[in-house]
Formats: sequence, structure tokens, C-alpha cells
Amino acid sequence: MLLRLATAVLLCLAAASAAGASAPLGYDDARHLLARTGFGPTDAEVRRFAGLTREQAVTQLLRDTRSSAVTPPPLWADDDAALRYPNPQTATVDERRAFRQQQVRQGLELRAWWMTEMLVTSSPLSERMTLFWHNHFVSSQQKVRFARLMYAQNRTLREHALGSFAALLHAASKEPAMLVYLDGAKSRRDQPNENFAREVMELFTLGEGHYSEQDIKEAARAFTGWSVDRDTGRYRYRPFLRDPGVKTVLDRSGRFDGDAVLDIILARPQTAQFIVAKLWREFVSAEPDPEEVARIAQIFRGQDYDIKAALHALLLSNAFWATENRGTLVKSPVELVVGTLRQLEIAPEAAMPFAIVAAGMGQNLFSPPNVRGWPGGIAWINSDTLLARKQFLDRLLRGDGGVPASMRMIATGSAPAPASSGASTSVATDANEAIAASDLDDAKVRARQFALAVDRGLRSVHFDAVRWLARQQGATPTAKMRTAQALLLPLTPPMADAEGDVDARSFVRATLLDPAYQLK
Amino acid sequence: MMNRRHFLQSFAALPLARVAAPLTLSPTVEVAVAATSSAAGYRKVLVLVELKGGNDGLNTLVPYADPAYYALRPRIAIERDRVIPLTDRAGLHPSLAPLSGFWHANRLAVLQGVGYPQPNLSHFRSIEIWDTASRSNEYLQQGWLTRAFVSRPVPQSFAADGVIVGSAELGPLAGSGTRAIALADTEQFLRRAKLAHPVVVARNPALAHIEKVEADIVHSAAQLAGRVEFATAFPAGAFGKAIGTACQIIANPAGVAAVRVTLSGFDTHANQPAIQARLLGELANGLRSLHDAMVEIDRWNDTLVLTYAEFGRRPQENRNNGTDHGTASVHFAMGGRVTGGLYGAAPDLARLSADGNPAHALDFRDVYATVLDRWWGVDSRAALGGRYAPLPFLA
Repeated sequence: MLLRLATAVLLCLAAASAAGASAPLGYDDARHLLARTGFGPTDAEVRRFAGLTREQAVTQLLRDTRSSAVTPPPLWADDDAALRYPNPQTATVDERRAFRQQQVRQGLELRAWWMTEMLVTSSPLSERMTLFWHNHFVSSQQKVRFARLMYAQNRTLREHALGSFAALLHAASKEPAMLVYLDGAKSRRDQPNENFAREVMELFTLGEGHYSEQDIKEAARAFTGWSVDRDTGRYRYRPFLRDPGVKTVLDRSGRFDGDAVLDIILARPQTAQFIVAKLWREFVSAEPDPEEVARIAQIFRGQDYDIKAALHALLLSNAFWATENRGTLVKSPVELVVGTLRQLEIAPEAAMPFAIVAAGMGQNLFSPPNVRGWPGGIAWINSDTLLARKQFLDRLLRGDGGVPASMRMIATGSAPAPASSGASTSVATDANEAIAASDLDDAKVRARQFALAVDRGLRSVHFDAVRWLARQQGATPTAKMRTAQALLLPLTPPMADAEGDVDARSFVRATLLDPAYQLK
Repeated sequence: MMNRRHFLQSFAALPLARVAAPLTLSPTVEVAVAATSSAAGYRKVLVLVELKGGNDGLNTLVPYADPAYYALRPRIAIERDRVIPLTDRAGLHPSLAPLSGFWHANRLAVLQGVGYPQPNLSHFRSIEIWDTASRSNEYLQQGWLTRAFVSRPVPQSFAADGVIVGSAELGPLAGSGTRAIALADTEQFLRRAKLAHPVVVARNPALAHIEKVEADIVHSAAQLAGRVEFATAFPAGAFGKAIGTACQIIANPAGVAAVRVTLSGFDTHANQPAIQARLLGELANGLRSLHDAMVEIDRWNDTLVLTYAEFGRRPQENRNNGTDHGTASVHFAMGGRVTGGLYGAAPDLARLSADGNPAHALDFRDVYATVLDRWWGVDSRAALGGRYAPLPFLA
């Protein structure tokens, strides 16, 4: 009887969702909105949004965002001593090693800090957008070296994550991490470095085919003078490095500086289209609809590149809610790890092991593979990363410690890549590379340490499946399982309906190991 | 140590090494192996050996008659009397002694000056260039083997298109479109593979992709479950163990087109002589055991071993008895069908670039083209995005 009632309620909610834009959100609709814009939502979070209209829900979602982290940063985040490095000419082997170890340690603390923030934040969308911009205005600790610069950049990305894209572009371009990563800090009037000028047009704003090689050369001259103060690690303008001459960029001429070039780029409608298409692939589907992208881009540009305005239009588009687009995007490793812990309401003692776990699945925070960032989508899944995902989920659910996690990942030591287009970074005098000396030698030792940390981290987690399942809505065990399945999976699993006599742990484990759990 | 005559005998065309322990191959093996010719040559296996960190080519193939070499390396050069001479100008590092038999049997090709234009000196970027066979300023997502296997698929019956041993970085097998398995050892893979359950409902492309990967894992696990008892003793240590795993994988009855193993630690910025001596010894002994095991199962003539690395090292030694990141370097190709000898050209130490590195003599994509066109009979243009000239180390 109660089961039938629960089913009837779910059917009602499902019917409501089909009714469209003005009708209240059903459970699946609310879940879809939160899964796509945050990390895996809990049942309580879903119910907070179910019943609102789409407009109400999206407005509420965009209202309750944060622009700073709640988690206190690592102690060295504001310490200039964290910027000291050994003199590449005179440093001893021990000094170099000590420096490397310090960067690795700080890099791990930084990853743990961000993972913690993602686990505890009341504004998952802020973290998702910070992650989105991290993968857009890419830089990697692999090349930047200093964790402090990576932290400063992360703070800037979060501050503007849901603000103005124009302000974000200007701020991100002057971030010391960016100036190091794309060689802006090395650029000078007699030898303008084209790395940043190329990527800012190709990857950050216009996209390939919307500028010429000549535009890159000219823009590179305009960006000269943007530099980093070595003692404070902050942006510093150096007038004597600047090329004061006339430049011609995207058909406009003048004695432009870097900011002027960014404004010329922002004046191009293509910039708004490029960003909206990327937001579409992040939130809606793998295949942007050109007409819809053009429509939303116009709103975006018309509202001074207000990112919330773009998201508002995107999240209220029919495509966002379309049934055929649900459960079609692959969760990134960080989404999978953070989302699972949040949905299962597990609060780990330390976040660091989980950052290492995500890295083992191919997403090492603060170290994207190259300037194009993580390719994402189905590229997240190969035989190795899929087994790493399943093994993580299996271990969480078995709760017995089990076999040691296979760990081959690396925090800053040997995984991913720094970058830069072309040969510009291959300079013998690059202090960073010199200090990087035999970094790889330590990688094996580190990999072993990480494997132990992950093992300890996973052993310390206790998930009580019985209590978790009991907290889900539903009058009977079967009804609770249905709710849990609707919460955890974006698509109904092909398996037969859960039976009441299945034990809670086996049920949750089977649900998490369903292929559809990899999707959002 | 095996005497030279015995060693040379092992290169004879007829299988003679089944003398060792009886092999536990199932009868289906013979059938599968017999059906070689149809499968675009993928029955012939490629074993890639990554010398991670960037092996120093100049102390691997030593230009012992060149005074410039000794001038650049007053402390770390290999003394002339320690070199294993191959020609009157070039010789191998003494740790590579286990490979000299291959040279005398004309089965070791030494590829000199392998690199690419506009070299990048970052480990991560440069290995990405090698793995994806991209230009220096081009970013590609698919590895070069992935592109080859997409353009000319490996038979579905194979255990996998390629297997990565001992690393999670898929490198040349990265990107979608290929069946690549990464494993530390076979037992661990089989254990983890139990978590994969292929269900085919494919309600959208992303789900279809995940389900296909699960199905590939299950298929590979089934094919790799058997074990061959080799009489060959594999060297102790991680690399020897990886070679042993690679041999198990190659021996699987279903087949595999490519296996990649990695030997790490070549980033010798300090104390290079001791480190490189140890690593090259591991390499040479590992490759010797690979040869012995392949002879045991009569696969040496169907095996091509190729080393690669992100770059070589700078000719001028640094102040820490080491070398910094360089560019072009020496690599080896060996196997039962390899025509041995020196290929390419030794670095011109009198003409180094502004940052002190030599120009390349062979493009690494020429080496890849040799594998694709001559080893497998697969048109290399699709995978390499252009025409590269195969080298004559394979007929």
C-alpha cells in the first residue's frame, strides 16, 4: 500500500517534469539541475529544489553563490618565504632537493585545501565554476612551481567565477601563475614572447580561425611590460620592458597596451560565442546548438559579460532540461570523488588522499596536462581510469581497507605537463627547469607514499549503508531504494527493481558500480 | 654468461629453444598463431621501451674517437678503453655488454640523433610530442598508436590493441578509439577487472563509450588469464618484472599488437655515471631476457623492440657530474627481423645550438613510419599526419 503510494508520488513528479517550463520541478528535474551545476546532491538538497519552478530554482541557485572559500588557506599562502628558491647556479644537490620537496608538500596541501572546500562548500556551483576557469585559464604547478602562485590564481578565479568575464579575463591574464606559465614574465620589447598572445586568442577568447598570425605577433608586443615581482610574487608592471609603439590587432591600430588588446578582443562577438559554447559543453551537452549559443551569447555580451546572465539563460534553455540530454555528460574525476562523498554524506578526516585518488583517475588539480587543459568528456574514461574509478567506489563501499589502492599518480612530481606552444620554453636558462633537476628520481618514492596515504585515507572512512539508506525518503525499504537510485543515477538502471531483501551495502555498491553512475 | 656461439644460434630461423620447460599453451594457440597473415601484420608485436626522464645518448653510444666529446665531458665521459666498440668511432656504454651479441648477429639497429625540429626541453611537453607524434607547436589528444589502430583496426579477437605495463600514462595509446589496457601486473589487473560488468544498453554516446570500455576490460581479462611458464629468468627489479609481465602478455593466445614498458630514472642532472650505468645494465639485461623468452615461444622473429624517450641530454656536462635536458638522442631497434647497424648520424659536437644541443639527424616520425609501414604494413600517413620515410632497419 505504502509502496504503491510512493510510486504514485514519483509518477506524479515525473509527469510534472514533462509539463515544461512553468510547472514545478519534479525530483528528477531538481536532481538534474543540482548534479549538473554542483557535485552529487543529497536527497535533502534535491527536495529543497523540487517544487520550485525552473525560473525560481535557477534564480535561487545563482543567488546563493560564494566568491571566496570558506576553508582557511594553507599557512604559507601569504608568506613571502614560500617564494624563495635556490640559486640555479650555485645550489647544492641537497638544497635543490629540499626545494623540490617543499614544493611537493605545499602542492599537496593546496590540493587538500581545494578538495576540502569542494567537500564542505554551501555553494558547489562556485567551485564547479572555479574548476571550469582553472581548466580554461590553464596553468600548472608543474611549470609554475610555486604553490603560492597557484593558490593566488585560484583565489582570483573564484572571486570572478560568477562575476564578469571581462574582469576575469583582465585579472587572469595578469596573474603571476599565468605570466610564468605562458612566459609573459619573460617577454620584453626586443624579444616579445608570443606564447600568451597566441593562447589568449586561441584558447581563452576567440578560438582557432578568428585571428591571424600577424595579430599574435602584434598583440605579443602589447603584452610586454607585464611581469612578476620575484620577492612578493605579485604582478608588477615594468615600463622599461614595454613596447610603446603602434600595434595593429584585429583591424584596430594604436599604441595599445595589454589591457587595450584584451578590450579589443572582448568587443568581438565571437568571444561571447566561444565562451558560451564552452559553458554549453560543461553544463548542457557535448554538442552545442549553434542557434541557442548565438542567442545566449548575445545576452551574455549585452549584459557586460555577466557570467550569471549567461548561466541563467543556459540553465533555462529547453536543451538543458531535455530528456535526451540527461545523463549524457561524463563526471570528471573530481566530480566523481567529491560528489560521491557528498552524496553518501561521508566527511573524511583528511581531504588529501582524495585529491590523490582523483589524480589517479586522470585529474590532478593544479596540474592540467597542457595549456588546453583536461580534454574531458568521454576522454576521461579508458580502461585504466574506469577501473580506478570502480576500485575507488568499491573500496568505499567495502569499508574493509582491502587491497591497497593501486597508485601510480603523482602530485606534482611526474604526472602531467607544463606547457607552452612551440619551442619558446625550451631555453637552457629557464630557472624553473634547472631547479626541476631530477624531479623524476623522487617520483617512485613519492608514488609509494601516496599509495600509503590513499590507503590510510580510505581505511579511515566509514560509510554506514544501513543508516544512510534509512535516511532516504520512502515508507518501505523498497521505496527507499527507489529514492536512492533516483538520487544516485541520472538514468534508470537496466537492472530489475531492487528487492527489499538485498542488504543495504550491496545495494549501494551495485548502484555505484552501474555504468550510469559515471554520468551526470 | 652464454657463450657467443650459443647466443648466435638463438637467432637461427628454426625454433630451437623449446628445450626449456614445457609450455602450457592451449591447442587454440597454434590455430591462432597459424592465422597470422590475415591481420594486417598485427601478429607481429611491437615492444616499446620508454627510457623515462631522457637517457643520455652521448654516453650510450660513445663517440670515443672524437676529442670534442672528451672536451665537453671532462668528468663524466666514458673512457675509451671501457667502451664496447661497434665501429672505429662509436661504441656502446659498458653496461650494454649484454646487447653486443645482437650487434654481432646484425639484429641491433642503433638509431643516432633521433629527435624533431624546434625541440622542447620540458619532460612533459616533449614526451607528449613523441607520444602523439605531433609537431612541436601542435597539441593532439590521440597517441600515434591509437591513430594507427583507428585507421587500421586490430582484430577484435586480440586480447587488446595495446597494453601499457607498469604505468598509468597511456602515452602512445592515449585517446579514444583503441582498446588499451594499463596494468602494473597481470594478477592485479585480473583482480580489478572483476569490477567491470559489460551491460549493453547504450542509451547515449557517453554511456555507450563506458560500456564498451567495460566490455574491453572483460575481454582482455579473459584472454590474459592464462600463464606461460618461461624457463627464462627475468632480472630482479621493477624493470625485469615489467619485462616478465610483457612476455606473459605477448604469449597470450589471442594476440596483442603493442606493449609498452617503462624504465624510469634517466633524468640524470647529478651523479650521472653511477645512475646511468645501473639503468643501462637493467635495460640490457631486461632486453636480453625478453629475447630469451621470445625465442622460447618461437616469437622472436615476430618481435620488434624499440626504445624511445622525451629527449637526450646536453653534450656539455654540468657541475654536478650530470647533464641537463637536451634534444636528439640515440635509440635502439632490435628483433629477429631487424637489419642491424648504425643509422642516422652522430651528433656534430662542433656545431651545437645556442642552448648547447645538437640538431637531430633522424625524425622520430621516420622511426614510427618504419614500424607502421614495414612492420605492420599499415599506411603511416593517417597516423603521422604526413609522409615520413621508413628507415631500412626493416626490409
